[in-house]
Amino acid sequence: MPEQLPFEKPVIELRSKITELKEFTDEKGIDLSGEITKLEARLEQLEEDIYGNMKPWDRVQLARHSQRPTTKDYIHHLFTDFFEMHGDRLYGDDAAIVGGPAFFEGTPVTVIGHQRGKDTKENLFRNFGMPHPEGYRKALRLMKQAEKFSRPIICFIDTKGAYPGKAAEERGQSEAIARNLIEMAGLRTPVICVVIGEGGSGGALALGVGDRIYMLENSTYSVISPEGAASILWKDAGEARAAAETMKITAPDLFELGIIDAVIPEVRGGANRDVITQAENIREYLEEAIHSLKKKDKEDLVQERYEKFNRIGEYTYVNDANTEE
Amino acid sequence: MIRDLFSKKRRQAKIPRDEAKKEVPEGIMAKCPECKSICYIKELRKNDMVCEQCGYHHRLTAGERLHCTIDEDSFQEINAGMISKDPLNFPEYEEKSRIDREKTGLSEAIVTGTASIGGYPVVIAVMDASFRMGSMGSVVGEKIVRAVNRAIEDKTPFILFSASGGARMQEGVVSLMQMAKTSTALRKLHEENLLFISVMTHPTTGGVSASFASLGDVNLAEPGALIGFAGRRIIEQTIRQKLPDNFQTAEFLLEHGQLDQVIHRHHMKNTLTTLTALHQPQEED
Repeated sequence: MPEQLPFEKPVIELRSKITELKEFTDEKGIDLSGEITKLEARLEQLEEDIYGNMKPWDRVQLARHSQRPTTKDYIHHLFTDFFEMHGDRLYGDDAAIVGGPAFFEGTPVTVIGHQRGKDTKENLFRNFGMPHPEGYRKALRLMKQAEKFSRPIICFIDTKGAYPGKAAEERGQSEAIARNLIEMAGLRTPVICVVIGEGGSGGALALGVGDRIYMLENSTYSVISPEGAASILWKDAGEARAAAETMKITAPDLFELGIIDAVIPEVRGGANRDVITQAENIREYLEEAIHSLKKKDKEDLVQERYEKFNRIGEYTYVNDANTEE
Repeated sequence: MIRDLFSKKRRQAKIPRDEAKKEVPEGIMAKCPECKSICYIKELRKNDMVCEQCGYHHRLTAGERLHCTIDEDSFQEINAGMISKDPLNFPEYEEKSRIDREKTGLSEAIVTGTASIGGYPVVIAVMDASFRMGSMGSVVGEKIVRAVNRAIEDKTPFILFSASGGARMQEGVVSLMQMAKTSTALRKLHEENLLFISVMTHPTTGGVSASFASLGDVNLAEPGALIGFAGRRIIEQTIRQKLPDNFQTAEFLLEHGQLDQVIHRHHMKNTLTTLTALHQPQEED
């Protein structure tokens, strides 16, 4: 039984009613096709209304959907000959981040992503996709390797955040994230980042310094979870729905803020409905990005990446008195 | 007991007068949060806000920090008066920023400029935790980038004193991106082979700790400073364990290989002078 989200309840109810009527027709031999056609038209309208007007909170729930495709799903559908590489060569291997070389449309690339699980057992193994420092250091090792062999890098972002644990702090969670930021800034190879689920704070950004930043339509990217924001703002984590709106964390919001390059459309009702079609949607964007970025001079690439992030921020001067520069 | 009701000894709760409640008169005396000793603020200031009894380092404002770190009268502020816009139209953000501006006399949570330390020219940036908890929004990010650019222009070392609770929530993902923005700028400084000294002071946490503050060629901290990525309470809730008292202190980080040295405030200026001297450009053969 797939997970149902509260906002899509009317759709699911209507759909099951139609199925019921169809069964009834078959069993009793009574012709209800007129009714069914009417209801199917209504369903179409209802889907249009609900999935066409999704609220931020609805998207948050889709981004967190337990059956939402993960990095490994997209690797499976988009790449061939993926060779997973383990370990940071310093401490250990972090299952919350996966990565390695693979072919994309015949071109060797390096693909890296946060990896969460779809059930409890897998989530325990993957630490719910929340990396330790060794995860970030593994990612950086693979990126440096990609640079050495002139392979474009594709990062899938899907994490609630870096793991808030004692061992993570002891081994330098801050330094691991910071190191990725500064090193990614200087990579002399194209870097394409796609937020596929939740993009949680610094733990997401540590795979996010790229030449292109895309988000799936129902993914989120934020400095703090809606629950965290609500508990700070209104001292009530239950206000998460309101915080999700205030914080502007959805793909359309980030596009409007000028932070991301494009919103990748999702299958109606969410990527979890049809991973193959969703992968094809992503493929289009990756193809275009790799094609145009590979042509660029490596120094220009790094300079443009610098300028891309340098532009982000809004400021003015007290009394508009521009003091210097 | 019934007898107690008729007893003449009425037990009354004593309500202390408001002024008596305060243990130390404000503005004259200060109490050390560490050893609880009380001293004159005047004396404390003379000692650069370091407790005479136990060595506790009180927080400094950006002005106080500059005063005890750089050569007298050497500071030239750059990009003064830069203030944040409100990219998310966040409730009460503009109002709160305005109040903090009035309260602290600062335009934002960071002051940047050129100065000399022990006679060596440097670019220096000092964060001030009294403005919005020193949190990093657009202005902190932009001023750091411009300070880095100035250091590149002048070919001088860049010294940054951090004091910050992390990203500024009211600027949402824009503040998150300042982590990337400041780090990409530091990349440029690095490519110019210029020195960056990061001095972490109390507190340096969250997105600031996980970006520029951890990226020094030399990473220093003041004694007892709280430094870390995740908050103590969140970690305790996640791992369901009590954390040791010294967790995420400067000394803890030193022990775990995250810092080069912990430097007492009284030795900071000399240390920075020596480090700057050690990194003066050398003639290439």
